[in-house]
Amino acid sequence: MATHTLEAIDLSRLFGANHAVKNVSFHLNKGEVLGFLGPNGAGKSTTMRMLTGNLAPTEGAIRICGVDIIDKPKEAKGNIGYLPEMRPLYKEFTVDEFLTIAARFHKVDSRKIRKSVEAAKDKCGLGHMSKRLIENLSNGYQQRVGIAQAIIHEPEIVILDEPTVGLDPIQIREIRKLIKDIGKKHSVILSTHILPEVEMVCDRVQIIDKGSLVFHGSIDDLKQQRKGNKLLVGLSKPPSIKEISLIDGVTLVEKVEHGMFRIHFKGTYIPAEEIVTISIKKGWGLFHVAPDITSLEDIFVQLTQLTSK
Amino acid sequence: MIINIARKELKSVFSSPMGWIILSLLMFGFGFMYLDGVNNYFQIMSGSIRPAERVGVTIFVGQTVYGAANFLMTVATPLLTMRLISEERRNQTLPFLFSAPITLTEIVLGKFLGLVLFLAILIIYIFVMLSTLNIWADIDFGYLLGNSFGLMLLVASFSSLGIYFSSLTNQPIIAAILTFIALFAMGVLSNYFASDPSHWFNYVSLTKHYQAFTRGVIDSSDVVYFILFIATFLTLTIRRLDSDRLSG
Repeated sequence: MATHTLEAIDLSRLFGANHAVKNVSFHLNKGEVLGFLGPNGAGKSTTMRMLTGNLAPTEGAIRICGVDIIDKPKEAKGNIGYLPEMRPLYKEFTVDEFLTIAARFHKVDSRKIRKSVEAAKDKCGLGHMSKRLIENLSNGYQQRVGIAQAIIHEPEIVILDEPTVGLDPIQIREIRKLIKDIGKKHSVILSTHILPEVEMVCDRVQIIDKGSLVFHGSIDDLKQQRKGNKLLVGLSKPPSIKEISLIDGVTLVEKVEHGMFRIHFKGTYIPAEEIVTISIKKGWGLFHVAPDITSLEDIFVQLTQLTSK
Repeated sequence: MIINIARKELKSVFSSPMGWIILSLLMFGFGFMYLDGVNNYFQIMSGSIRPAERVGVTIFVGQTVYGAANFLMTVATPLLTMRLISEERRNQTLPFLFSAPITLTEIVLGKFLGLVLFLAILIIYIFVMLSTLNIWADIDFGYLLGNSFGLMLLVASFSSLGIYFSSLTNQPIIAAILTFIALFAMGVLSNYFASDPSHWFNYVSLTKHYQAFTRGVIDSSDVVYFILFIATFLTLTIRRLDSDRLSG
């Protein structure tokens, strides 16, 4: 169990009679980036607030490096760095002043404060912003200060709630790279509703919808959620659908626009070769054959709609 | 940890114009009262008063300055306390404190201490200013110390009440208004019931308990009263923040 830096056991949170989070259990391994996905209002932020001790769970337990956050909050919180959705920055301070305060609050040894401030600034690319007031920084740089604040005490676990919201594409790329770097040394939980982000940054994914976990596993597991095998075939002189369905193993043929057909197969075998031979023999004017990969978006929609039924 | 939070609060007060403006205005106010007190002393004590009713320069000038301090602090403290928690609420910076390894008690005590240290600057300033009378006269330092100590307890009580109101809302200005109304109402009610010394309100009135100090008397029952007052409102504030965590 030593490899689990964070464990959430049967977490539930009621707001009035409304279950914001319901029986959510998961764990985080050392040195991995866990993506926490879900549509708006699914309970991502609520879960994160509970993990960081900002909100008391109605039921369930949270263990940070084996320490229960309700029994020994001080000890447990020392191992967490948290960046909430609304970044908590004291904008009247300069970057250096703010990070020094953050280091002090997180009990960094007073002799090491200067060093850890420099290290955090280095990691987040804030070196040349030291003396600037946070108020005057751009959105992206403020976000970096937010992340620097979360990693200043070298916590075991870094929890980032939608860290790339509202940034421009270049800043998003930089922040993602930063998160990946952080993930090498610390365990990271990252919440988002941007799917490509998860694919790029995370080792493992879990999807939450309406307060319950609907999926957890690696990115590849997620992709395998797609149902059946499909090929996207383009034919310039297409035969009738019936003629295509006669090919061995084909279960369903759908006509997509511009002479494209989506061909479904039984099992895992994809008879691409047969299709090519047959279409050349019969002169169907083949111009495109490619596996039809269900996008993460589709899987996401499938999974989240599954629960609503 | 309490000290670290207090340091942050002090830094925060001085990094906005608010702290400097309040400090300078109050210093101007006290300086003016001091000057006025010294001038009046010479006019009034110059002969028209019977020797038996004459008072010393310490008490005369001290009364003028400390009398004004009570009122000026009633106005100034709400302006200083209003931002302590409600501004953090509004800017959503409370999670920064809540997710650090700090207890709620430490957060509240730290904020309280930071503010009291700021106000202590003024109290020390007044003490030093009045001590300058010693250059020309032989003044009663006991009287000054008693008054300073009393004023310290009084503004600390104001602060604890202010912090509590600040924790109730996310609008600093509402916190300021509520605190001011509460303090002002206390003052008015004390005046109203002052004619009836046996009235129960005298037991809970801040002004009433402060009065002994203005004579230079440190009465332990008054000290205990102020400490209880402060502890009550700080506890309420901690409870209030804890309920945030529980009810979301």
